[in-house]
Amino acid sequence: MNTQSGAIPEAFGMQAVAPAEISPARRMYWSVRRELWENRWLYRAPLGVAAVFLIGFFVSTVHLPAAVRGMEMAGAQHQHNSVGGRLEAHLFASPYDIASSLMMALAILTGIFYSAEALHGERSDRSILFWKSMPVSDTTTVLAKASIAIVIVPLFVCAVAFVMWWIMLLESSLVLLARGMSPAVLWAELPLFQMWGLLIYHIVTAHAIWPAPVYCWLLLVSGWARRAVLLWAALPVLVIGVLEKVVFNSSHFAMLIGRRLIGDAPSMADIPADGFPTHPMMVHITAGRFLMSPGLWVGFAFCAVFLWAAIRLRRSQGAI
Amino acid sequence: MACIEARGLRKRFGSLVALDSVDLRVEEGRILGLIGPNGAGKTTALNAILGLIRYEGELRVLGRDPWNERERLMQDVCFISDVAVLPRWMRVSQALEYVAGVHPRFDRGKAESFLARTMIKRTSKVRELSKGMVTQLHLALVMAIDARLLVLDEPTLGLDILYRKQFYDVLLNDYFDRTRTIVVTTHQVEEVQHVLTDLMFINFGRIVLSGTMEEIESRYAEMTVNPDQIEGARALKPIYERQALGRSTFLFEGVDRQQLAKLGEVRTPSIADLFVAVIGNQARQPQGEGALA
Repeated sequence: MNTQSGAIPEAFGMQAVAPAEISPARRMYWSVRRELWENRWLYRAPLGVAAVFLIGFFVSTVHLPAAVRGMEMAGAQHQHNSVGGRLEAHLFASPYDIASSLMMALAILTGIFYSAEALHGERSDRSILFWKSMPVSDTTTVLAKASIAIVIVPLFVCAVAFVMWWIMLLESSLVLLARGMSPAVLWAELPLFQMWGLLIYHIVTAHAIWPAPVYCWLLLVSGWARRAVLLWAALPVLVIGVLEKVVFNSSHFAMLIGRRLIGDAPSMADIPADGFPTHPMMVHITAGRFLMSPGLWVGFAFCAVFLWAAIRLRRSQGAI
Repeated sequence: MACIEARGLRKRFGSLVALDSVDLRVEEGRILGLIGPNGAGKTTALNAILGLIRYEGELRVLGRDPWNERERLMQDVCFISDVAVLPRWMRVSQALEYVAGVHPRFDRGKAESFLARTMIKRTSKVRELSKGMVTQLHLALVMAIDARLLVLDEPTLGLDILYRKQFYDVLLNDYFDRTRTIVVTTHQVEEVQHVLTDLMFINFGRIVLSGTMEEIESRYAEMTVNPDQIEGARALKPIYERQALGRSTFLFEGVDRQQLAKLGEVRTPSIADLFVAVIGNQARQPQGEGALA
């Protein structure tokens, strides 16, 4: 330990500081920012996965010229709308679906692990006493933590997916140009802005708003449990699920929670069975159906109750 | 105006009574030492004052209800719980940015000038700093806040004697300006003796001694006598007696010093000796008896 004599200064000016009001929005901003400082894995994990995926994609583009040639041949035979033509188009677009699906999976995973640690970590490392020494309310702190899983992470993975798509499309175009081929067919089959609009809508509805009660529940348990937060959070679900199975021989509750978690929201129609749609025209955004869904509003009610309880808990909680 | 005022302050943890109808009043501009053995209720009292726990009874801090107005109160109150509460992942620069971002009374320039005279680097993480440096950092943050009340709960726990002495020197010389109020709890009572203006002993959740340092110095006297004066000293009903190196030392409450001077060497007892006498007597008596104040 450094014990250098005189390390603490002898003189220190004591001019009065004129206090300035700090808005609730500014306190919220700094509360969110300190979460991102503390949990750098929230953005490093998507970026790392994106980097690995892109490397794999770059290697796979060695087969791209042959696929484009097949697509052009199908077009020459006026079969663009035939099964063969669509299969080629799907072949181009599927890596883009995989990229966005990866980001969605990361949004779910980071949301779960972050929420399970959010109010537990500050108690176990005793830093809650420092945070509570600042003029930041428990409401601001809890809402800032909730916003990470429900707002920040979903929007960040959307942005990462969009950047990935652009890198993939540009790299593919360069590969084709290097072989003396036109990349026009790629650009025609991959309307990135339309796809991105669809992705934002899907992630916001299905992976932010729809599973929000699950994240808020995890947040509440993280503020209550002394250890093994995920176990305590899962225990009621398991108990209710098992009871339902034993008594009624059904699995509705477990299915309900599972569908919340994976983002099975009534926000889109005509989603093809083989995964996230490769073309926006294949999907009908049904925002009205989503907003009118009772499940959405029941979920909001659960969010409100869980957040209210988490705020109350944090108010009286200290270090573990 | 009283900085802290409590009437009938009570706190229970299950069947354990941590605070048992505590009445206290701390005027502005005082430095109060809240001293007590482990489990006496010190931290519980401070947590109630800081709005960290719910309590029964009346409590006002700077005119506010700490439990219901904690956020607003924290604009005027700072506290250091102990050296281990700064987030270990945080960089020094981030700590400065964050406090500047959320605290309306924080002067970043003042904190920077404080840190400039230490060996702490802005890029260091808290986990990379020694305990002494973490205390310096926390102190720099706190001293740059123009607060009216500073609460210190074992602030120098685990520090070596150099840092402990520097901590209180800086606090007294550079922070305390006779308008601010400081409440400190510590087991190292000998180190705060020269700092305090007021003293309070707490035991079993009750205040057992309270007063200004001047009152306590005039009220209590310690006397060391040779063996031939022991019976005379005991006749004056000392509240505490101990033997060392063949001589006996007695502690008296409310006994005339001139009367004592005829029997032996009279001096003002240290806080540590007073603590041992008062709390020791409490330990030997059933709970609820033996209150001196």
